Amino acid sequence: MSEIKLENVTYTYGAKTPFEKRAVDGISLTFEDGKITGLIGHTGSGKSTLVQMLNGLLKPDSGHIYLGGADIWAEPKKLRLVRFRVGLVMQYPEYQLFDETVRADIAFGPKNMGLSPEEIDERVIESARFAGVDEKLLDKSPFELSGGQKRRAAIAGVMAMRPEALVLDEPAAGLDPAGRDAILSGIRTYSEKTGATVIIVSHSMEDMAVYCDDIAVLADGKLKMKGTREEVFRRRDELLAVGLGVPMITDIACELMTLGVALGGDIYTVGGVADAICDSAAANGGENR
Amino acid sequence: MKDITLGQYFPGNSVLHKMDPRAKLISAIIYIAVVFTSSSAGALAFLAVATVAIMLISGIPISVYLRGLRPILFILALTAALNLFMTRGETVAFEFWIVKIYVEGINNAILMAVRITTLVLGSCVFLSYTTSPIALTDGLESLLGPLSKLHVPVHDFSMMMTIALRFIPLLIEETDKIMSAQKARGSDFSSGGPVKRVRALLPILIPLFVSSFKRAEELAVAMECRCYRGDVERTHMKVLRYGALDFVVMASLLVLLSAVIAINIFVPIYAF
Repeated sequence: MSEIKLENVTYTYGAKTPFEKRAVDGISLTFEDGKITGLIGHTGSGKSTLVQMLNGLLKPDSGHIYLGGADIWAEPKKLRLVRFRVGLVMQYPEYQLFDETVRADIAFGPKNMGLSPEEIDERVIESARFAGVDEKLLDKSPFELSGGQKRRAAIAGVMAMRPEALVLDEPAAGLDPAGRDAILSGIRTYSEKTGATVIIVSHSMEDMAVYCDDIAVLADGKLKMKGTREEVFRRRDELLAVGLGVPMITDIACELMTLGVALGGDIYTVGGVADAICDSAAANGGENR
Repeated sequence: MKDITLGQYFPGNSVLHKMDPRAKLISAIIYIAVVFTSSSAGALAFLAVATVAIMLISGIPISVYLRGLRPILFILALTAALNLFMTRGETVAFEFWIVKIYVEGINNAILMAVRITTLVLGSCVFLSYTTSPIALTDGLESLLGPLSKLHVPVHDFSMMMTIALRFIPLLIEETDKIMSAQKARGSDFSSGGPVKRVRALLPILIPLFVSSFKRAEELAVAMECRCYRGDVERTHMKVLRYGALDFVVMASLLVLLSAVIAINIFVPIYAF
């Protein structure tokens, strides 16, 4: 029961000043239980603001946010419990590392939950594995790690709370391709093993195509589209209209389709498009091979 | 974290905004002299009117000034109360139970309250609200320029000040970010005893220090890469020049000063 449901949520920065800006404007949206949802949108489209409302760091001006059917703002005193259930990894989370060792830093969240030392140890090891933090690094100072390792340690620090919903704001920003794949596949493993609902904010259409089940598109603080990745990426023209794109391979597939090649099924990963082209060729009696 | 207004620049187009920062610094000094010389009722009233006039000239909404006064409200009330109740004098204004309030006490309370308020408002007008931090340090550097003959590293000091001022908004933003991140991991800043609360600050302060040092180092490297040296004669992109306006404002403040002294001498009436 970790479905997150937003109902007509609005958030305004600097209300009643000359700098007033409505960052999130009447969004209703459901992040389905156990699914990985990608949240895409331009810089300034309200993604980060939206994400900070999911665990109650920001309070919506109007509207409701339900976690597993219960309004998270029903009892503001119990917000801390909501934060343990909805783990939020902020943008560039490596800035949050502070403790003497990586182990102690990852243990910070579980310790705040008041768990027993044994339980904490177990969770630290487990989440380090999910996030791809080498066990040899656990007793080092977090400030000795490389950029990518720090990022993983910070993500492990949130996973260690074993949240039912894991929300990550640009988890792969600024990493090299290998580091990016390691982190994103670690997140997917976490979701598969624990059944957690995952929400990933990202700019990269390629990553979204590979790792997400559903995709939600924001533009100017409003929800533009929500659906499975197949549905969303097939609406290429609308995505282009709000200044976003589709994965490069989908672009190529779409161009092929306008040239008259019928492609079905998965057209957003390289492997999928290769299969689709082969199928299409086979359907044409092999004369195109 | 978001409502630190004291010491903030409000862009505008008023006469005060157009003044040379050096002239503004000198004006502020004369103004402070005016505040401390006005001691008679007439002088204080004159000072209050002049301060309001300067505030209006700046074109900055009065509400902004009032917000700037909020942090000193407590000091203001405390000083006035202490002066009111603790001053011993000759004439008793009124007596109630064990409290005896003297006319001198009332005088002192009003005097201090007006002085503190006008001091804060006046220096806000000249220095923080109408002068950008960069212009202010430029002005300070230029005014203190003669000291460099005595081997005081004036330029380096002003560079340090500029950098410090430049990084304040960044630090505030970063503190906000780190606080949110730790809250997301269940940090609790608002409950528990004093020891627990101070301990709860560590997860914020440590990352803040680490990133500040890192940023300082990066900035130093970037400056060195461009061969920055403070001890060579550096010129400014914007050369400071006094204009007619600057002399008019400074002269009017001198007039204000002499007027206040004259009122003190010739109309020595105090409150009541």
